[in-house]
Amino acid sequence: MMTSLRRYIRPEQIRELVLVFVIVALVLFFGTQIRGYYSSSTFIRFSTSIAILTVVAVGETLVFLTRNYDLSVGSIVGFTAFFVGTQLSFYKDIPPLAALLLAVGTGTLMGSFNGMLVAYGRVPSIIVTLGTMAIYRAMVVEYPGNKIVQMSALPTWAQEFSRVNVFQIGDFELRLIVAIALVVVIVFQLMLTYLPYGRRLYAIGSNPDAARIAGFPYQRIVFIAFVLSGALAGLAGFMFMGRFGNLTVVAALGTELQAIAAVVVGGTSTMGGVGSAFGTLLGASMIGLLDQSLLRWRLISEFWRDALLGLLILLAVAGDRAIVERLRTIWARSELRLRPSVATTIRQEESVHGS
Amino acid sequence: MVRSATPLPQRFLGWLKSWEGLLLGLFIVVLIINSSLVPAYLSVSNQVNLFTLFIEKSIIALMMTFIIINGEIDLSVASLMGLSAGTMARLFELGVPSELAVLAALCVGLICGAFNGFWITVVGLPSLVVTLAGLIAYRGLVWVLVEDRSISVLPAWLNDLGQKPLIGPFPLALLLFFIFAITGYIILQYSGFGRLVYVIGINRDVARYSGVNVRRLKMILFIASGFIASLAGLLYAARLGAMRSSTAEGFELDIITMVLLGGVSIFGGSGSLRGVFLSILIILNLRNGMGLAYLSANVQTGVIGLLLILSVLVPNLASSLRARMARRREMIRAWEVAESADSPERVDSSRLAER
Repeated sequence: MMTSLRRYIRPEQIRELVLVFVIVALVLFFGTQIRGYYSSSTFIRFSTSIAILTVVAVGETLVFLTRNYDLSVGSIVGFTAFFVGTQLSFYKDIPPLAALLLAVGTGTLMGSFNGMLVAYGRVPSIIVTLGTMAIYRAMVVEYPGNKIVQMSALPTWAQEFSRVNVFQIGDFELRLIVAIALVVVIVFQLMLTYLPYGRRLYAIGSNPDAARIAGFPYQRIVFIAFVLSGALAGLAGFMFMGRFGNLTVVAALGTELQAIAAVVVGGTSTMGGVGSAFGTLLGASMIGLLDQSLLRWRLISEFWRDALLGLLILLAVAGDRAIVERLRTIWARSELRLRPSVATTIRQEESVHGS
Repeated sequence: MVRSATPLPQRFLGWLKSWEGLLLGLFIVVLIINSSLVPAYLSVSNQVNLFTLFIEKSIIALMMTFIIINGEIDLSVASLMGLSAGTMARLFELGVPSELAVLAALCVGLICGAFNGFWITVVGLPSLVVTLAGLIAYRGLVWVLVEDRSISVLPAWLNDLGQKPLIGPFPLALLLFFIFAITGYIILQYSGFGRLVYVIGINRDVARYSGVNVRRLKMILFIASGFIASLAGLLYAARLGAMRSSTAEGFELDIITMVLLGGVSIFGGSGSLRGVFLSILIILNLRNGMGLAYLSANVQTGVIGLLLILSVLVPNLASSLRARMARRREMIRAWEVAESADSPERVDSSRLAER
């Protein structure tokens, strides 16, 4: 019974299941605490804020899989939102698609600058992105013109953007922003599972040296991961602009920390090689849920949010170390027992290499 | 310390060619430019003033040098500065005697340092993740303590210590910096403890197998880092005479830049306090010069970010260039050997050229 179960369920899936239970428990708990919690307006507000975080965090997941970090995503979101917002308020006849491409293109450019320095300049990612975080933020602050984007100055489609529904059943509305995030999650989950590039990300993260010796284009893979992370941050910037409309130079400050928290809580290993876009969606949901619920919870001041967020990251990482990795070893062992052919090949290889 | 037989002038020349020599050159250039822009730039009072503006970061940079040489990183220092200042200010506001409030703030630093150290040494998580969580969580605690107010009633004696010169033109913080710099230099270069810091940074597994108590040493370092950060936070609050929740936010960028620009390797095991001292001087004077040129604080931070990236990128590029030059020299030598040999070997040489 146990062995057949192990065959179909991986430790990562158990972890995701636990996360789903925690999220459900949190929803039930806050439902008893906050009046009017189960309403369509709560759902809309929560889902749109989670959507933006999810898009950023999926990009961060790709970078994490290669055993790197991207601390600059918050500044990229801020810059693209501010940049596109300013352009739109000056040139009102920019079509929506062009504005979207502008945002994604700007993000891609910023991401490729990160990626070039990390992959080809061999500078550790933590240094590069700590530096570019400051550089990109300085670019927002020094952006010529008045230091503010106002909702009223944007074209009408941009003002309406955050209220567009994809479909509506009764009170339940699925906003376009949320739909975009879901599409991003599905596309990147499929890419990570089925495309060669996705599998290579895992290979590199599990063992960079082995991947390099096996002849993987290590530099190109890491470079593309950073480019994709930047592009998704640009997309998130577009969504951010559409949702808030009124922007200042501190737009999306600290988003990188939330994104990293979402990635880590969602089960992506900080040592690379483990993780999924779906897990990140769960992590982002949990963090967005806590964030928004604490704002509305009377019993505890909203200022506890960040303190709890930090603790949550620690617990998630420590829990992975203590439980999930142990499960993984048990699984690997039973896998050997299940398939004697694998065990014998390994033994044969060992004897060949031993002699 | 290797005492070689080479004469002093040659050793000095060799030092000039090293990273530290480059830093010295850069420092002199910055000084010349600044003093040509402003007449009284090199006066004692201006230099003391300029040092005082960044003294807290400089003090933490000294401690951070130990941590990075040890192969770890502490991103939580800036939040810890805020937390200790917040603890002191809040307790004093609530009517606790000022000495007790200061003592409590220092204890908070010790506890948070030990908290970081616990997750890193006992649980075995990467310091980057632990201190990133600390960065979020400790800043969150400051928000809990101070909320969105500003506390400007601090103990009078503390304000005096922070703002008035203690001995001659030097305030307490500056004196502390020089004391820490000298003791730190002696500990790092001449004591067994300092040797162990390097040894663990080069290869912690080898250190552990040779019987070094790696955990204890790392624990000591992180507790010390927490203590120094909280001390610096108090000095900062005393100098400004007020504190808010965002006090010292983002200081980790400057601090890490100071250390890495000083020639300390982010991978641990190499670097010295001499280089860090020089890079502190450079950054102080650079920031001051940029301030004189009316560049905003955010642009200054952006430039510091660029400097951080360059400080790792340039040595990387230089070393790969040197490797390529060496390979080419090898090729040419092989060519010449083949040229001078008989005709049968000339076939080989042409093959070599084809490669």
